[in-house]
Amino acid sequence: MTAADRTPVLRVEGLTKVFGDRAVLRDLQLEVAKGETIVVIGASGSGKTTLLRCVNYLERPTAGTIYLDGRRIGQVADGDGGWKEASERVLARQRRGIGFVFQRFNLFPHLTALDNVAIGLRKVSGIPKRAARERAAEQLRKVFLGEHLDKRPSQLSGGQQQRVAIARAIAMDPDIILYDEPTSALDPELVREVLDAIRVSASSGMTSMIVTHELSFARQVANRVIFMDQGAIVEQGAPGDVFGRPREARTRRFLEHFNHPQSVATP
Amino acid sequence: MTIDWGIVETSIPLLSRGLLVTLQISVVSGILACVLGFTLGLCALSHVRALRVAVGGYVDFIRGTPLLIQIFLVFFALPTIGIRLDEVWAGITALAFNTSGYIAETVRGAVGSIERGQTEAAKSIGMTNPQILGYILLPQAMRPIVPPLTNELISMTKNSSLLSVISVYELTRAGQAIISVHFVPFEIYLLLALFYYGLIKSLSLLSRWVERRMPVL
Repeated sequence: MTAADRTPVLRVEGLTKVFGDRAVLRDLQLEVAKGETIVVIGASGSGKTTLLRCVNYLERPTAGTIYLDGRRIGQVADGDGGWKEASERVLARQRRGIGFVFQRFNLFPHLTALDNVAIGLRKVSGIPKRAARERAAEQLRKVFLGEHLDKRPSQLSGGQQQRVAIARAIAMDPDIILYDEPTSALDPELVREVLDAIRVSASSGMTSMIVTHELSFARQVANRVIFMDQGAIVEQGAPGDVFGRPREARTRRFLEHFNHPQSVATP
Repeated sequence: MTIDWGIVETSIPLLSRGLLVTLQISVVSGILACVLGFTLGLCALSHVRALRVAVGGYVDFIRGTPLLIQIFLVFFALPTIGIRLDEVWAGITALAFNTSGYIAETVRGAVGSIERGQTEAAKSIGMTNPQILGYILLPQAMRPIVPPLTNELISMTKNSSLLSVISVYELTRAGQAIISVHFVPFEIYLLLALFYYGLIKSLSLLSRWVERRMPVL
């Protein structure tokens, strides 16, 4: 193995995020290897979503450094051996390497499914219109939306919209894709088609980090499961270990709530 | 009361010349007001605090003072700082400044009310701020912007009658000129009302037509 191969796609060092007087992330460390599929689990409020949003600088970290392929995100050399905050223009370029799939899809309502995927290729990657649209169509066919290319988001179901969003992220050919609870805004019968699209992408070698409450899905696709609580990683490992033999009491408690949701008191 | 039909007949061509000037002034000030108004509205959404405060102050001043005073300010005050405009250009400038303040508010409101998720999605595929504005936010904001925008432009056309006070030979001034010679105020003001009504009605029909053709999201 060469040194380049060992460089993690994503490295998070000492990541801390404070909102007001509440620390949402506390000195978090994380490395993601190329091709890995990581599932992040944890109760709401444990900092999972904030972790993803800090990785592509939708939120600026209070402290800590993010490295994508060994290069700092959100910071540029200040010429004195130190680092300063990157401008929005530099950030925009750096974000091309990080795909993001949102809980609520966030498709562009004024564009067709095809143009939702093609616009980034045209305007950001600078690919000519015809080639961009061909590539976008191909990407949409991969998530089984070949018949819906010319529909607006409002004409698509939630599951179809989320698959367009996944195609939009993959089409930009990022180094890693971050999924922020991609199925939690969906009706139960639409969850499966979205998970299948994520599975296809992950198994084709796309490095993925997925925040989800779909634990059986996590068990199937994850190379590594991370359990977060109170802004820190409490436990991580192969899905069989984390789900089957959790070492930490907090992990066990969380998994018990999930396996026996009726035991959760309802007010 | 009897109507002097002879005066009505001779007035119509004269008033039509005034109407043409009113139209010309409205088109030019309308274009300038849109350019300035969109620019100011977008500045009001900028990350730069000084810009937001400056635009806020400008809009506040425009909305807090009468248009008539603004016209006098442009016409009489600008020359004292070395800017000399003839009455037509002074009038166009005053109307454009005035209307741009209202357009800026409309644009700021419409663009600002688009959900944050749109900006975040655009950022996540690597768009820069100008690209996000041009390809994502403004196209979505146009639908809510157009109805109030056309209303502002129609109001501006009506307000252009105030330019008669600085001797711009537009529709109202053309009528007053006839009155001062023939002293027939009733006939002329009635005619002026009809001319303005026809103009405004046509513009509002045109704007309804434009609104209907806006794509539905």
